Amino acid sequence: MPIVIKNGRVIDPASQTDRVADVLIVDGRIAGVAPNLASPRAEILDATGMIVAPGFVDMHVHLREPGFEHAETIESGARAAAAGGFTSVCCMPNTKPVNDSAMVTSYIVERARHMAVVNVFPIGAITKGSAGEELSAIGAMKAAGAVAISDDGLPVMNARVMRRAMEFARSYDLPVIQHCEDLNLSAGGDMHEGVQSVRWGLRGIPAASEDVMVARDLVLAQLTGARYHVAHISTRNAVAMVDHARRHGLPVTCEATPHHFALSDDRMAAYDSNYKMKPPLRSSCHRAAIVEAIAAGTVSAIATDHAPHPGSEKMQEFERCPFGIIGLETALSLAIEELVAPGKISLNRMVELFTTGPDAVVRLGRGTLAPGAVADVTVFSTEVSWTYDVNQSNSRSRNSPFDGKTFRGGPMATIVNGEIVWRRDRA
Amino acid sequence: MHAGLLGIEELGRAEIEAILARAKDFQPIQSQTLKKLDTLRGKMIVNLFYEASTRTRTSFEIAAKRLGADAVSITASGSSVSKGESLVDTLNTLAAMRPDAIVMRHSASGAPHFLARHLPTPIINAGDGTHEHPTQALLDARTILDRRTSLEGLRVAIIGDIAHSRVARSNVHLLAKFGVEIVLCGPASLLPAELAQLAPGVHLTTDIREAIRQADVIMMLRVQLERQHEAAFPASEYFRFYGLQLEHMDLAKPDAIVMHPGPINRGRELSSEVADFQRSVILNQVENGIAVRMAVLERVIG
Repeated sequence: MPIVIKNGRVIDPASQTDRVADVLIVDGRIAGVAPNLASPRAEILDATGMIVAPGFVDMHVHLREPGFEHAETIESGARAAAAGGFTSVCCMPNTKPVNDSAMVTSYIVERARHMAVVNVFPIGAITKGSAGEELSAIGAMKAAGAVAISDDGLPVMNARVMRRAMEFARSYDLPVIQHCEDLNLSAGGDMHEGVQSVRWGLRGIPAASEDVMVARDLVLAQLTGARYHVAHISTRNAVAMVDHARRHGLPVTCEATPHHFALSDDRMAAYDSNYKMKPPLRSSCHRAAIVEAIAAGTVSAIATDHAPHPGSEKMQEFERCPFGIIGLETALSLAIEELVAPGKISLNRMVELFTTGPDAVVRLGRGTLAPGAVADVTVFSTEVSWTYDVNQSNSRSRNSPFDGKTFRGGPMATIVNGEIVWRRDRA
Repeated sequence: MHAGLLGIEELGRAEIEAILARAKDFQPIQSQTLKKLDTLRGKMIVNLFYEASTRTRTSFEIAAKRLGADAVSITASGSSVSKGESLVDTLNTLAAMRPDAIVMRHSASGAPHFLARHLPTPIINAGDGTHEHPTQALLDARTILDRRTSLEGLRVAIIGDIAHSRVARSNVHLLAKFGVEIVLCGPASLLPAELAQLAPGVHLTTDIREAIRQADVIMMLRVQLERQHEAAFPASEYFRFYGLQLEHMDLAKPDAIVMHPGPINRGRELSSEVADFQRSVILNQVENGIAVRMAVLERVIG
């Protein structure tokens, strides 16, 4: 059935559109963006006072399937994505088995086709088992649907292996996404190394552990000409180096997570594992640098690093708890609240960070409302007031530091391939 | 404080003073023939030690018994925990037996804080990882105050593996609340610069002579190699640069005292002569441990 989204403020950075208009969707495609569009039998979605944007892309999530279905499944993770306004997600390969072959890539693509309400694009592992030693079948994974390669969760520590990976990735025109962490410098660490870690007697993860890896990789990116992307960037030096590389014309990009632009280590609840992730929440000066880098354009994408862990694993001594928090359902609200509302970036820029920004890295061919484009649409409001109750989350996991938080602004409806897959309840 | 005692950092000055005053009341009891009171008769205290500790556990046990409470001690080895029951499950099981307080030592920083959020039973922290050891700082303050009228204006040097010391952290928080000038001293790799921001009045130095100069109190820390996850300092030359020796005492105030939380390593962090030195108050600390823990137990349960 056709859909008309009425009277919303249509923001489509790809076509430089920003005006109040209707959006007509027919047969899963955008049929038109103009005032007073109508179609017989069309379902009407009233978006008065709301923003209508291309479907949001989250280029960094963990869906945990196959292998860790107690934490998340492709089905549950996709529903969480839809509830967060995301129409496409890229899932990291640290599943069990690791997505290091065309077989696993195909499995994820097939499962997603049957189970997921949003588009799911797998990211293949750089090395077999993400062990950092032997390259995985990169070309075959691309043929099966992989949109990037990464050993996320683990860095490729061996510079020679990383160099070879970049050379191959370049020939297949795939971006290489690195979780930047020198494991020797970060060994045993549980949180950012700083006043707070010293105060709480927790072992630190120094900012330098991220910086040295970014520095090494930028040298290798220059050497190989590969498209290189820094995942979840979190330090002042790292953004400065990425900025420097971009100014020199290297095809280098980076993403920032909502928790790294919204939180810092001085805002952690003591020993609460819902604040434990990698990279860790840094000190406020690093957080300010991330916000600046987002505003300056050094950061290309907001990505959640949605990392579900079941309660039993997070209900332990802090040092035993796994790293990571869920983030799909709160990302847009945090971006509005922390970036747009205080005037750090415009609404248009925020939409870019969720659409054309990530799409330029992983090249899904999504992220626009141009006529003929696949009808992935995110409708959101900067005014709606809502409270996040993590126990009602669509995710199978509950590990969020934002439980109970009341937000101003958030997703209202999510349309994937011309179907409304999620709408905010108006109780 | 009825909620337990997790650390010194969150305690107010008045609360600390009240505990120290009450501990003073309990001091004479330690040398009486009849040492037992009935203040906590019928109360049950569980000592749960996930880390080996003879002296702290014994001290808490004796403190409980001298107040008339029943005390049960459980020693759980850290490694068996990883194979079996989670910490929360263990504590829930114990809490279901309705003790009036759980005294807990654990190798993980924040373990008692995490449990306090999920359990109704008051928890007394008997040392958590490299974070805090509140009763140690209280007994140290009691021991200093037995020899000085006030903490205000004293200069206290704390020397050793500061980075991994919960004793140092609790002492820094306590002494800073009373306007003490605190000098932290140790090898650079065990003395993170951020320590200076822990509390007001904290200075750092890697030179033991500078630390001791004009000190009223010299607190030596046990060099806890078991807490180091890497070789942060060559053990063979530790004593030469950071061990307290008798000739160092000339740099301190003439009536300066030497403290150590024990157990001491003679020839590692202090020379044998210093350990037996007349102004070494290490055994007074042990004795005060019981009085201070009585005061804490009474406050938490009574």
